[in-house]
Amino acid sequence: MERIGILRMPLGNLQSVWNALYTSGFDPEFVDEHSNFDDFSHLIIPGVGHFKAVMDHLHDKDLPKRILDFAASGRPTLGICVGMQLLGLSSTEGDVETQGLGLVNGMVTRLPTEGQVLPHVGWSTVEFKRSHPVTEQLKQGRDYYFVHSYAMTAEIEDPVIGVSSYGRDFVSIVGQDNVVGFQFHPEKSQANGLQLLTNFAYWDGKC
Amino acid sequence: MLKKRIIPIQLLNGGRLVKSIEFGGFRDVGDPVKSSSVYNSQFADELILLNVAREPRSIASLLDVVVEVSKVSFMPLAIGGGIASSHDAAALIRNGADKVVMNTVAYRNLNVITETANRFGSQAVIVSIDVRWDPSMNDYVLYSNCGMTTEHVTLEQHIGRVIGAGAGEIMVQSIDRDGSMSGFDTKLINRAMAVSPAPVIGAGGSGNYDQLREAFLETGVSALACGSLFNFSDSNPLRAKAFLANYGLPFKKV
Repeated sequence: MERIGILRMPLGNLQSVWNALYTSGFDPEFVDEHSNFDDFSHLIIPGVGHFKAVMDHLHDKDLPKRILDFAASGRPTLGICVGMQLLGLSSTEGDVETQGLGLVNGMVTRLPTEGQVLPHVGWSTVEFKRSHPVTEQLKQGRDYYFVHSYAMTAEIEDPVIGVSSYGRDFVSIVGQDNVVGFQFHPEKSQANGLQLLTNFAYWDGKC
Repeated sequence: MLKKRIIPIQLLNGGRLVKSIEFGGFRDVGDPVKSSSVYNSQFADELILLNVAREPRSIASLLDVVVEVSKVSFMPLAIGGGIASSHDAAALIRNGADKVVMNTVAYRNLNVITETANRFGSQAVIVSIDVRWDPSMNDYVLYSNCGMTTEHVTLEQHIGRVIGAGAGEIMVQSIDRDGSMSGFDTKLINRAMAVSPAPVIGAGGSGNYDQLREAFLETGVSALACGSLFNFSDSNPLRAKAFLANYGLPFKKV
């Protein structure tokens, strides 16, 4: 049975992620440093805010090891928005480069500012680069709702599932083993976003 | 490339949705939660929900509605009407809003914009500007407080100030066109766009798809907010976008 945990984060609208899963027929629970992660089959790391601030929060609560242990067990793990960025190797958001969780092979850097406004807010297209259980039934070239100023680039193609563009190409869906990440907000991307979350909730973590 | 947006704008008065004409003469147009659910199934790009109840001007009635609307609407949700502080803005965001809409407070206390933008990001703050054309002055005049208080600042000055304070989006609403279904004030939208580095939402006057086409093509505006069009005609966001796509306007694909 799926038992989905949504990691409590210091900022932002966690309820939307819960609502999106609930309306899709699941009954997710919020988890924090006091929870037993072994109780859960799936973990979702949502995220709004500053990469370094969020990473500092995780360290304060000794959460990075809990997340890494969860992922190492092979159970499906999903990062959304900044939650996806945290899965990467590092981010340049903030004064110094901050280490991420290192679950996917990608680096997070600022989107270009020449001739465009940051943050990148609105509906933009995602092009799938390869198939993945989480993107099953979804059509190529659909639009999802983005809010971000930093984005992931991958040095190697392997973890890239979807790409989008705003001043430059960036990774909008990443996947490595049992870990996936969405740069956009599936919980705010209507039917297609809900389908992605449903696929994740039924995924066994195998590719 | 960012897609153009069609945004149903819903006015809340005492737990019910209403539609106004020149900000008065409210007519009941339904239940906010059911209506939002329908817009979700019609693939609207975003929803704006504004409390227009004159008394009391507070966010109390909005808080419950936001919780319920965010259970049925899986798209960006912008909420406003009566926001007086960054605490108000934070409470709405905690309850399910993705963006807050500020109007009167933007003339009184720019810090509320700045504090909210610093905490949640500039994309979370829409400043809404209500405007009438004044023939005697041969210029637009800005109004706060549900169109009741004249503000002695030009459109350009005000946009400059609120952008400087951290607003991430500007909505310009023509009071003259509100509820008229006679089309958008493209001159007003162009004036706002000429000085705003942030995306502009045009509001006031939607009545048919041709008017949407005209406003998008004559101004390049990134979004249009529509009330009467969806309240009083056999129209919906899905049909509107299908029509507009025939004129090369880019909308999200679902």
